[in-house]
Amino acid sequence: MTERVKVVTAPADGSPDKGSPADRSATASPARPDSGFSVRGWFRDDASEPVRRNLGLIAVLLVLYGIGAWSRPDIFLHADRLWSNELTVLTLASSIGVVAIGMTFVIISGGIDLSVGALLALASVWCTTLSTQSYGAATMIFVALVVGTVAGLTNGFLIAYGRMAPFIATLAAMVAARGLAQKISGKTTQVVSVKGITDIAQRKFLGLPWLVIIFAVVAVLAWVLLNRTTFGRRSAAIGGNGEAARLAGISVRRTQVIIYALSGLCCGIAALMVTAQANSGSSDHGNLYELQAIAAVIIGGTALAGGRGTIVGSVLGVLVFSQITNLFIVNNLAIEYQLIAQGVIIVAAVLIQQFRVGSLLRRPT
Amino acid sequence: MTEAGMTEAGMTEAGVTAGGEPLLRLTGIVKTFPGVRALDGVELEVLAGEVHCLLGQNGAGKSTLIKVLAGVHRPDSGSLLWHGEEVSFSGPQAATKAGIATIYQELDLVDDLTVAENIFLGHEQAAAGFVRRGRMRAEATAVLRRLGHGDIPVNRKVGRLPAAAKQIVSMGRALSHDAQLLVMDEPSAVLAHDEVANLFRVIRELTSRGIAVVYISHRLEEIREIGDRVTVLKDGRTSAVNLPARTTRTDDLVTRMTGRSIEYVFPERAGRPEGESAERTDANPSPALLEVVGLTRPGEFADVSLSVRAGEIVGIAGLVGSGRSELLETIYGARKPHSGEVRLDGRRLAPGRVSSAVRAGLGLAPEERKSQALILEDRIYRNVTLATFARYASAGFTRAAAERAAAAEIADRLALHPRAVGRPVKTLSGGNQQKVVLGRWLLDPSTSTPSQAGRSGKSTGTRLLLLDEPTRGVDVGARADLYRVIRRMAENGMGVLMVSSEVPEVLGLADRVIVMREGRVVREAPAGELDEETVLDLVMAGSLLEVDSP
Repeated sequence: MTERVKVVTAPADGSPDKGSPADRSATASPARPDSGFSVRGWFRDDASEPVRRNLGLIAVLLVLYGIGAWSRPDIFLHADRLWSNELTVLTLASSIGVVAIGMTFVIISGGIDLSVGALLALASVWCTTLSTQSYGAATMIFVALVVGTVAGLTNGFLIAYGRMAPFIATLAAMVAARGLAQKISGKTTQVVSVKGITDIAQRKFLGLPWLVIIFAVVAVLAWVLLNRTTFGRRSAAIGGNGEAARLAGISVRRTQVIIYALSGLCCGIAALMVTAQANSGSSDHGNLYELQAIAAVIIGGTALAGGRGTIVGSVLGVLVFSQITNLFIVNNLAIEYQLIAQGVIIVAAVLIQQFRVGSLLRRPT
Repeated sequence: MTEAGMTEAGMTEAGVTAGGEPLLRLTGIVKTFPGVRALDGVELEVLAGEVHCLLGQNGAGKSTLIKVLAGVHRPDSGSLLWHGEEVSFSGPQAATKAGIATIYQELDLVDDLTVAENIFLGHEQAAAGFVRRGRMRAEATAVLRRLGHGDIPVNRKVGRLPAAAKQIVSMGRALSHDAQLLVMDEPSAVLAHDEVANLFRVIRELTSRGIAVVYISHRLEEIREIGDRVTVLKDGRTSAVNLPARTTRTDDLVTRMTGRSIEYVFPERAGRPEGESAERTDANPSPALLEVVGLTRPGEFADVSLSVRAGEIVGIAGLVGSGRSELLETIYGARKPHSGEVRLDGRRLAPGRVSSAVRAGLGLAPEERKSQALILEDRIYRNVTLATFARYASAGFTRAAAERAAAAEIADRLALHPRAVGRPVKTLSGGNQQKVVLGRWLLDPSTSTPSQAGRSGKSTGTRLLLLDEPTRGVDVGARADLYRVIRRMAENGMGVLMVSSEVPEVLGLADRVIVMREGRVVREAPAGELDEETVLDLVMAGSLLEVDSP
């Protein structure tokens, strides 16, 4: 029934963002006057579905601000205090956000990467060994990125050419990389004495912490990569229908290898961010990052089965999580409540998406 | 309705040989799906203890009829009398409970469970929720012994059994339900010759105890050997009921299956009337575009050689399981051949590499449109450009506008409906989805990006198209459309190699026909020299030659 309605009211020219509003008003709902129809028509079109999902997440964020304004009006109702509080939230979100962006590509392609937290720890301890630190900041950055990428490449090869299930291959990597990180660090915290690294977490640029800027740059680049390049197109195609992609001549395996390498690279970047924040490298960094990243990506509307998902959704998913954490902190609530709330949010977000909160907007009144 | 159906069935009574109340009687069964009338007044009468054969071409409605018997589909109208009482099955469980067991072609056994567990799947012997494994094993052994196969180990995982034994296990499951009617869909398709003999022994054993069997097969000699009576389906109707299986002449049976009333509207062959194509090819042998030499994949097809010229449509006729789809996929590089080679324009294609085949100019419209060809959730234009988006891109950046424009042009050329290429492909009908798949190979990115065309110096479009069942699941009206599209592709110089189970389709569309049976080419001839009955006969194991006399 709803299918039928959709077919009838969808704009016939196929370019929902451009077509003539007059036409659409005629097909969409003849009974109503003309005003605002291009927006409404677009909202009913399938093309707007990701945007509708993201608007839902923005609504959740607004609700969280509302709760903040109610519980801590002294912070949330003062512009400058709110700004500095939100910078804290963004900083909190930045490293997990970068990991979640890599995870978005993996999940869109129909895979999963359980090893991200462990790869982060491995890259973190590898780039902070005393000998590496002696070469300076540039070398440390280089080592972290290479370690993450190579570990991701290994995952990719095992999955694409070793034909292992992504769950199994990255589960093995998760255990092994964490162990290797402990071996390298001798389970001790490796204090960072290189100023170039610690500056990442302490310096600001144009009033924004570098960590936030890195997160934003990674997000923008990833958006372009996913939506505007052949690689992004291949990633979505193999997740949408791997067999169809293969029979259309897309090299599925090569694309898979690159995707997992990309996830590893994101772990390397996040490792530097965490290391800078903690002022140290440790095999305990990135603990449970895999679960948080997966949760954020799923909340962001990416289908766990692959084929569909957005970078913006994942970023919003991370922000929702961080904002909840922040609300608990500013209200001095215990961490256990925070975990419970996060679990509830995951369930609620997925349920809401399944029941299509957007369909309320689409239903002709 | 029921009354009318009964009187109609009355006229079939003349053909009934055995007396007594029939076990099962179907009258006036109608089942429609969107756009298709799959069953259009089907009659069927099965007596206890007989083997009743169902005969009919692909698309005649056999599968739908089986599913009605199995309780999977509910008929729109018509009556189903079981033991003389009108019944309506609410689902497969209800049919099983009533005593009708169905053994599908792709056996629905669970490979990772043991033989005993499979036999009692869904009705495990249990006490207080605990499975009584010992008792199940003992009863499974007893069931298999009744089938003459006490030798099948009941503790073995079914996945490790050969095909013939799996079939016996399926029958064992039916027996464990106390089935009175066993429906078998092409049980011999996966069996070797001696295994078929054994299957027949088991069937005779069952019928001697009063169990009825509805047996579906394309092999006429089998029907003669095991069958008692035959019902023939054609275009969703019964064209003959209760013919004696042993004495009805083969040509009589074939005639009743052919001469379909469904309109196949084939486009005119431009400047090439019937029969002339043969002369033309003899007089003017243009070089082959595609050459396949001695291609072999053990167990699928052996030593297949064929060629396709530019502008020519070559049709492969053959049953499911004759190796035709596997052959197409191997030519395309989606499977690796054991031996033999594929050449396009004399250049050898890398075996087992789809991407290089596509680069060389091959395209495939696979058999399973939804699972093999389309990303259903994605937009139409992105599905059209799935194989070519990289060639529209510049420096790795996709150009959505160029893709949209190219797809819109294809949509116009193919009369895609609706033409809005930004919509998800899942909202299209089957015929229009198939147009999207065909359209994918009509794109020629070189014409829209002059820089690239200039660089490579020649067209990057598809030159040879492989079509696997191009009209499967497409309704009658849309078929004519697709035929026109395919013919026009050939007229524009593309070579087409197509596979179809529907003989009229192959004969009507192709210039040259290749008949495959059991993985081998058994006949190759211009389409004008063949007729439906000859091809059908070749496809169904040369029965005219072997059993012509009654």
